[in-house]
Amino acid sequence: MARFDPYENNGGTCVAVAGADYCVVAADTRLSVGYSILSRDHSKIAQLGSVLKFDVQQFRAEKCVLASSGFQGDIKALQKNLAAKELVYEHNHNKKMSCPAMAQLLSNTLYYKRFFPYYAFNVLGGLDSQGKGCVFTYDAVGSYERTGYSAQGTGAALMMPVLDNQLKSPSPLLLPARDAVTPLSESEAVDLVKDVFASATERDIYTGDRLEIVVINSSGTHRECIELRKD
Amino acid sequence: WQQAMGSHTAGGSQAPPPPPAAAGGGETQRTQYPYVTGTSVIALKYKDGVIMACDTGASYGSTLRYKSVERIKAVGKHSLIGASGDLSDHMWDDGNSLGPKEIHSYLTRVMYNRRNKFDPLWNSLVLGGVKKGPKGDEKYLGMVNMIGTHFEENHIATGFGNHLAIPILRAEWHEDMTFEEAVKLVEKCLLVLLYRDRSSINKFQIAKITAEGSTIYPPYSLKTYWGFSHFENPAQGAVGSW
Repeated sequence: MARFDPYENNGGTCVAVAGADYCVVAADTRLSVGYSILSRDHSKIAQLGSVLKFDVQQFRAEKCVLASSGFQGDIKALQKNLAAKELVYEHNHNKKMSCPAMAQLLSNTLYYKRFFPYYAFNVLGGLDSQGKGCVFTYDAVGSYERTGYSAQGTGAALMMPVLDNQLKSPSPLLLPARDAVTPLSESEAVDLVKDVFASATERDIYTGDRLEIVVINSSGTHRECIELRKD
Repeated sequence: WQQAMGSHTAGGSQAPPPPPAAAGGGETQRTQYPYVTGTSVIALKYKDGVIMACDTGASYGSTLRYKSVERIKAVGKHSLIGASGDLSDHMWDDGNSLGPKEIHSYLTRVMYNRRNKFDPLWNSLVLGGVKKGPKGDEKYLGMVNMIGTHFEENHIATGFGNHLAIPILRAEWHEDMTFEEAVKLVEKCLLVLLYRDRSSINKFQIAKITAEGSTIYPPYSLKTYWGFSHFENPAQGAVGSW
């Protein structure tokens, strides 16, 4: 008899691109199961740390944004888990978690469930302590690295070659080390992200409907949505 | 990491299954299989609130065993839960005044945690309700399935309804439908399911929830049409002696 399968892939793709003083994080909003679409309007992006707003003080917009694709039950649990840990950190250290700190926390959280993993493929984007854009890319069990850009999810294999070609990332073996962040301007990076999503939507059945783009820069976070093909 | 999952299950079959982490009694439970099951539930938001409908049948494998089962129940003052899947796995609220969004959140946690213990509640639950929020009466409609996948939408259908009813709802649903329009749309979906889903029966219940509270209407039947010419003399052109 068929055994109960605790996982399902709800599809979708996430991308992040780091710039000199900004970071773009984007994901489609389609939630699928099998050959069905459950929802065309389901966000894969979590703005970590900006969950709680007290009456007296309003916390400033957050510098750390997580986009995840994979099994939605695990994704929501993971995002809640991280948001709670971030809050505890804020209470203990009297400051918000920096992006590199959150990156390490995410890796540890994923590895904690190494033998019953979170089926979540993550891309973390934000600004580091110098205000430069940073992108961290993960596998399901917490292996991560800081890169200039990354894509994860069902359409990632369609997008990464295009991003590699357009962003011309330098080899990590070069000495002296070359900057991984793209010299493109913020609007050029956003246009590139829109283009790769339009391309992936054509061929990946799980990517489409609507694209949610979050841009983080020194003035805060800005969110925009554009329509994608719905077929 | 596919291999990691394979070795995990192999280890589980050699020794007795590990007890659930929180259990004090030590009683272990293996993966269940659904026994008595309900079929689709359909729900959609309309002008005054949320309307939910399903048939009143429950199957035991391929036998239509029970014909008068209530699969929609009111929970608290603000919500309705509709369940498809195993009917003994329903979970009920103890009657305090949680809003629909809170109940959905609670149910999601329950379903997800059971899934984590490899002891799922074999249901797809539809949660609808109306609660006063900062912007006035806010309608809420969401779904959670047995492994914890959950989302909110303007229209929901579980089981076969996902394949047969959702296309109709996506084409014909619009914002602020009247109750009559909503009932007509729901009945259209129920009729399609009656014709095409073998586990459905011609006895339905509609429930609605508005700011004033919930109403579960008594069961009723829809008119069906079987006079298609193709159904007359179905053996015509069939090969063989049957």
